[in-house]
This record gives sequence, C-alpha cells and structure tokens, in this order.
Amino acid sequence: MSSSSLTVHGLAKRYGEFVALAPTSLDVPAGEFLTLLGPSGSGKTTLLSLIAGLATPDEGEVRIGGADVTYRPPYERDLGMVFQNYALFPHMTIEDNIAFPLKMRKVGAAEARKRAAEALEMVRLPHVAKRFPRELSGGQQQRIALARCLVYRPSIILMDEPLGALDKKLREQMQLEIKRIHRELATTIIYVTHDQEEAMTMSDRICLMNAGRIEQLGAPGDLYFRPRTVFVADFLGESNLLPARISATAGETLDIALAAGAGTGQAISNGAPLAAGADVTVMVRPQNITVRAPVDGSGKLKGRLADVMVTGSLTKLYLDAVTPGLPPLIAAYPTRSLSDEHRIGDLLELDWQAADAVAIADAGAH
Amino acid sequence: MAALPPSSSARARAAARKKRLGRALMAAPLVVLLLAFLVYPVGQLLALSVWGKAGFSLAAYQQLFASPLYFNVMLITLKISFFTTVLSVVGGYPIAYLISVASPERKATLLFWVLLSFWTSFLVRAFAWIVILGRRGVLNHLLTSLGIIDTPADLLYNFGSVLVGMVHALMPLAILTMLAVMENIDRTLPRAASTLGARPGTAFWKIYFPLSLPGVAAAAIMVFVTAIGFFIVPALLGGRRETMITQLIIDQVLQTLNWGFAGAISVLLLLVVLVVFVLYDKLLGLSSMTGTSAPRAATARPQGFGHRIGDAILTLLGDVSDRIIAVFPRGRRDGAKPPRPLVAFVWIVLVLMSLPAVLMIPLSFGSGGLNWPPQGFTLQWYREMLDSPVWAQALTRSLLVGLGTGVLSMLIGTPAAFLLVRGDMRGKGAMLAFVLSPIVVPRMIIAVGLFYMFARIGLVGTALGLVLGHTVVAVPYVVMTMMAVLRNYDTRLDLAAQSLGARPLATLRYVTLPILGAGMMSSFLFAFATSFDELTIALFASGGLNATLPKQFWDEVTLQVSPVIAAVSTCLFVFIAVLIFAADRLRRRSVAS
Repeated sequence: MSSSSLTVHGLAKRYGEFVALAPTSLDVPAGEFLTLLGPSGSGKTTLLSLIAGLATPDEGEVRIGGADVTYRPPYERDLGMVFQNYALFPHMTIEDNIAFPLKMRKVGAAEARKRAAEALEMVRLPHVAKRFPRELSGGQQQRIALARCLVYRPSIILMDEPLGALDKKLREQMQLEIKRIHRELATTIIYVTHDQEEAMTMSDRICLMNAGRIEQLGAPGDLYFRPRTVFVADFLGESNLLPARISATAGETLDIALAAGAGTGQAISNGAPLAAGADVTVMVRPQNITVRAPVDGSGKLKGRLADVMVTGSLTKLYLDAVTPGLPPLIAAYPTRSLSDEHRIGDLLELDWQAADAVAIADAGAH
Repeated sequence: MAALPPSSSARARAAARKKRLGRALMAAPLVVLLLAFLVYPVGQLLALSVWGKAGFSLAAYQQLFASPLYFNVMLITLKISFFTTVLSVVGGYPIAYLISVASPERKATLLFWVLLSFWTSFLVRAFAWIVILGRRGVLNHLLTSLGIIDTPADLLYNFGSVLVGMVHALMPLAILTMLAVMENIDRTLPRAASTLGARPGTAFWKIYFPLSLPGVAAAAIMVFVTAIGFFIVPALLGGRRETMITQLIIDQVLQTLNWGFAGAISVLLLLVVLVVFVLYDKLLGLSSMTGTSAPRAATARPQGFGHRIGDAILTLLGDVSDRIIAVFPRGRRDGAKPPRPLVAFVWIVLVLMSLPAVLMIPLSFGSGGLNWPPQGFTLQWYREMLDSPVWAQALTRSLLVGLGTGVLSMLIGTPAAFLLVRGDMRGKGAMLAFVLSPIVVPRMIIAVGLFYMFARIGLVGTALGLVLGHTVVAVPYVVMTMMAVLRNYDTRLDLAAQSLGARPLATLRYVTLPILGAGMMSSFLFAFATSFDELTIALFASGGLNATLPKQFWDEVTLQVSPVIAAVSTCLFVFIAVLIFAADRLRRRSVAS
C-alpha cells in the first residue's frame, strides 16, 4: 500500500462569527498515526472535514503527497474516510458496499469481488459478504466500514471517532485491530477522538486541539509529561495544578515558591523559556506524589485526607491542602493490599521529586 | 410459569384479561366509527348496484357496459390521473430534495410555501386557474401584450388546463410524501460515497436516489389515488371531453337519483383502485406507503435480471450527469451547497405554485370584474360578501364542523395510535390497513354511501352528519400523525416520572402531554383543515340550506364566476396562511422549551 504525507498550511474555517478553525499548520509524514484530540467543538472534526474535502476552507492549503488538493473535491483526493456512524449504504450488500469504491475506480467486477473478499479477510469477517448492513452488529458494521476504506488502498485514511458508538470492551478490541492494520499496511492515518486514553494508546503523535487551534502537537509521552499549557496538563490524565512563582532559574531546573506561602521547592521547565519572577502553574501527576505520616515538615505540603478511592490497580487519595488558597490535591499509588493504612481525616505529609514537577507558563505570560 | 402458585397465576390471568379489555376499549371507538360510517354505507351503495326495488338485477351493469361512454370516461380518468402523477412526482422531487438538504431556517421558508399551497383550498386554486387561463385572463393578457399572439387563445376547458389544475392541486401532496422519506436518509451517505471516489452525479443516482425511491413510490400512489377520485378540477377547468368518472356519479345522484347506477359506477371505480393497489404491491410493496419500513427491495434483494438492469441504468445516469457537470467550470464552491440551477428551478416552481392564489388578492379589490389587469380599487366585493347572510352562515357552519371533526378525530384517533405504536398484539398490520382504508376508498364513494344512509336516518343537512362524515376521512391522518409523534417519544421519560413518584395521571399531565402537545396540536389542525376544505361529502350531506364554505363556494362558482368569489378566496388564503404561521410558531416554541 502506498502511503502519502499530509501538509496543512494556514488552514482556517469560519461559520459566520464562529471560528471553527483558526489558521492551523500541520505536517504529517507518510505512515504516521496521528490523532486529533480535543473536547467537542475544538475544531478537530472541522480540520478532518477540510482534509477530506467535505468542507471548503476560507484560507490556507492542504497538500497530500506534495500535491495541492485544497479545492479538489473528495473524490479526487484518493483518501479513505471512516465515518462516526459508519455510513454504510443500507440498500447494498456488504460485498457491494466494499466493492463500491473499486467500481468508482473502474475495477472489473471479478477483480472487485476478489479484493472485497480479501478486505473482509483482513477485518476477519469473511462470511458476511451477502448480508445487509443492518443485519450486522455495531462492531461488525465498524469493521465493514474499515474494510470498505482499506480495499482501494488510499494513501491516507481519515477516521472520525470511529469507535465512539462501541462499548468499552469492543472498543479496546477494535483499537488493537486498527493498530495491527496500521502496522501491516504502513498507511498514514489521521484519527479523530475525544477519548484521551484512546489517543494515548494508539498514536505516534497526538495533536491536541482546543477552541479551534492546536494546543500542542507531539508524542503521547511529551504531552503527558511535558505539557505546554495548563489546558494540556488538565485534559490529558489527572494532574495537580499548583499556582507558583519562579524565584530563580538554573538551566532546566527552576526554583519556585508556591502561592499563598505554601512552601518552596524546585521544578523543571516544560521546554519553554521562563524567567525569574514569572507566574507559573506547577503540574505534578498524582502517581508522583508520595504521602507519609506522621507530619514532620519534611515534605513540600501538608494535606488532610478527604476521601480514598480504590480503583482496582490504583488507590487514589483526595486531599485538602492545609494552606488556604491551594486547590484540592490527588495522590495515587498502586493498590498493595485490601486494608489501607490511611484513614479519612488523617493529616499527611506530601512530597515529590523536583524532576516530576513541571512548570507551565501562565496564559498571560506568553 | 409452572412454578407459580395457582393464586398468582390466576392473578396473572386477570391482569392479562384487564390488559386485553383496555386494548379493546382503545380501539373500539375507531372500529365502530369506521364500521358504521364507512363499511356499512359503502357496502350498502355497492349492494344497491345489484339490489334495487325489484330485487336482484344486473340492469345497472348492463347500462354501464352497453355504451362506450362510461368506458371512455374511465380511460380519460386514468389518463389524466397518470399524467398528473408523473408530472407531480417528477416536478416535486427536486423541491423535496432541496428541502431535505437545506439548513433549518431555509427549510422553514421553503416548507412554508409548500404548506401554503397544500392547505389552500382546491376550490380556490382551481378557481384561480379559471381567472388566469380565461380569454381575458392573466396569461392571455401577458401573451397579447408581448405580441406573441394577436387574439386571445382558448386556454381553458381542454386537456391541458385540466392537467395544469390537477398537477397544481396535487404536487404539494407529492412533495410532502417524498419529503417524509428523504428526511430520514442519512446525510453522511452521499458524503461517504464522495470520499470513496464517487462524483456528485454518481453519488446521487447510485446512493441517494435508490434510498429515496420508497418516497417516490408512496407519493405516486397517493397522488394517483387522489387524482382518480377528483372532480373539482375537471368540472371547473375541463370541457366535456375531460369528464372524469366521479362527475358521472354526482350526476347520477343529484340529477337522476339513480342509486343503482351510481352504485355500479362506484363498483367500477373501486375495482380500478384495487387493481392499481394490487399491481403496486406486486411491483413495489405497500410497506412504502407509510414510509416507515425499508423498501422490500432491501429485505429480499433480487439479484436478478431486473436488478442488474436498474443498476446499469443508474450507473449510466450517474455517468451522464457527471459529464454534464464536468462541462461547467468548478469554482471554489462549497461542495455542501446544492447547485444553483436546482435552486432556481425549485423557486420557479414554488412561485408558480403560490402565484394563482396570490393573484386573487388584487382582483378582489378591482372594480373591473375578473379581467386582468385589475382596474381601480373597491371594497364592493367584500361588502357584498359580508352583506350576504349565506357566506356568514357557511363560515360559521364550516368552523363548527371543523372544530367538531378535530375534537372527535383526536378523541377517537389518539387512543388507536397509542395502541398501534405501544401495544404488542397480533393483527397490527390488518388494524393499520383498516384505519387507513378511508384514504384508499375514493372519497366520492364514501360521500354517496353516506348520503344514502343519512337520507334514511335524517342526518342530511345536520352538523352532526357532517362531523361524522368528516371524521371518517380525517381520522386516518390523525392516527398517522400521532403514530409518528409517539414513535419519536421516549417512553423511558414516563418510566422516569413514575419512578420519581408520579401516578399515571400526573405522568400524563406533567410529562407526556406537554411533550406530545405540539404533535397533538398539529394532528388537530390537520383534522380541522381537512374538514374545513372538504367538499365531496359536504356536496351531498350538507343539504340545500346548510352549506359549508366549500359547498357554498362550489355552488357559486358553478353558477357564475363573480368577483365576490375572489374576495372569498382572498379571505380563505389569508386565513390558511395565518393558520400555518401560527402552527409553525407553536411547533417552534414547543421545541425550544
């Protein structure tokens, strides 16, 4: 299967007053699995529609494999799209559905049937060729939508929340399936989802969007551990976000003072330049916070245990900071045994490593 | 079940009995109504064709087949109905399509114009064509002043004028029927086809068009069956050679009082309609009538010869359209917008559809009679209308009968709709077919049957008789609308209310009715408007002195064409426009709340 790169440059779309997509640029190398992640209304589906040619941009350009396709109609872009509701043609059999794109490309009937059968093999549903879409389950319809997209070997595959309608177990199974197909075919995939776990597990890179623009583009680990903005830190996984000010800088390591005189400590930069005196938000992931009793002033903060939640593999502690003006905190650690040593109401010492505290410049400081 | 102790199984049986009784009570009023005022009178009329004063006799049928006249009239009726159907469906398709893909605000505007035509009285619209096509009418005036013709042409009282009037009368029905199906076509499907490599023409013909076919089929049969029983348009716009079968029935009843012969013609008409339905069912399946279930073609796919031919034709149509589209330069147009020629076509048809009724307005204020262009300004015709007690009485009676019909149809139709949607019982299909039968049986046959029955029990000329007759023809629409409303209603809301402590009546009052209110209101308006515009039953059953508005209109217009009628038409048109506007407002408010 051929696979193409995708370049988006200064692409923008407005609907009246509403900015669906602010001028946006993006480079996707051939064979990459890129996820567009964000809350609803963040512009991810708009961006996908512009790439697919289902909507026309107000400005900017789209290039597929180097060729400018900005104003080309969808049927001249040689890309595949898997729709959220599958969009299988209800009046055609599964086989006819899958053969449809081949027919549009003037592939002979016999060859089309053969390739449709191969595509059905690939999604592991070889026996449903003569059935109609509504005779299949949601998960099966999803696989057929995928097969219909794979059968003509498009150079780029776009997927618009393809697993949104499936239950959790089926969703995880399909995630593995899509990953396997991506590996086998090495095709470029642009994948839209609002499920951050799905984005983390599947993507080579994540493009996190908010309010019509890209918040951060990078590998899942980068976004999780080195968020550029508070929005990114907050959107991906759980985090403790503490207001602070930089007191001194020494390379990557920063000396910080927590707000409300809650204490001082060190943090690392998220890569963006920060100067002393700047207001920042310090992010610490729950699993990087350690708790201990009794309280002896050896940690960074003190907190009173408000609630405990055992979520199977993890135990989560919800704490109220003793210093007023700080937000509630979460600490998490692997559940070790049935009975936990901490009781609600206990006063605990909270601590973390400097390398696990990431300073993020506040929005006003850009 | 076997493990249950006897007492509880007895209780279960009692509960089941109660449930059955409840169901029977919900359906009973409707069944009784249809049996008493549809099955019995129609059956009696059909029986009269062979059973006269002198006992059994085939004389009526001998008379029917002795002269080629009746056979020819039937042929003309079929010919007019066929062309009306083809033109209404072909012309209405682009309009329904555009409405189904338009943005919400645009959709409301387009729909308003279609609904306005749909609800403007058939009489008003037919009358308008008399004025437009007359020797001193709008069209002749236009053609002579443009110098295209020297002397006014005879445009009225021929096949063309009847066809124009018929298509104008029935195209809104075709549009609304097709729209019901098109609204349910998933809009991502053509987009998906486009990403899979289909050009616009191919995407339309291979994906959208096949999915819209059930709507086309339903629209075609609705228009055909309505057309075959029509008499207003051929009577007002046709000449002798455009006489349709229902006009013969009117003559037999009102002029010669020959019930046996009227019955024989009714049998012929009914047989033709039945044959049409059977053929239709064989070819397309009648499930498409209600627009709810998938076309039969999709359930048991004939992968045979016919299917391959159909597929090849659609492929060809797609290719040809794509080549035509490719000739025109492609700008940076948004692919989501419908092509301009289509929009232009739709607006032209919509304007032509609304124009006749609108033209009545200037004429009604003119002092020069009904000749175009209108001259001067006078309120004379309105004064005459208001001074004459006949019009005021007719209006009062129409409003009264309309309200009565609306209320009775709702009371009888709503429980039946509940039963048909919610109840799990056998024979639902048969029940639905029975409920819809007043639409299928030509109105004229019902009207004549009711007239005969009412004459014998003294209901002719009474409001009660009219209400009963109108309810028979309005109730299927109420049941259909209410069924659609109930299908969209999430019954879990009722369960939620009950789980929150609401008793059944409180649930009904605070949850169910407020949500269903808009749907019930539109059902009511549908029934009201059906009655308000009903002429066929009123023609016989309202008697000489107690005419309804359409009956009065008909009497006047068949006697002489006077400008007073233009004034009445204007009033009716404005009344309907206000009603549609109010109904739309109501619907929006209920959606917003």
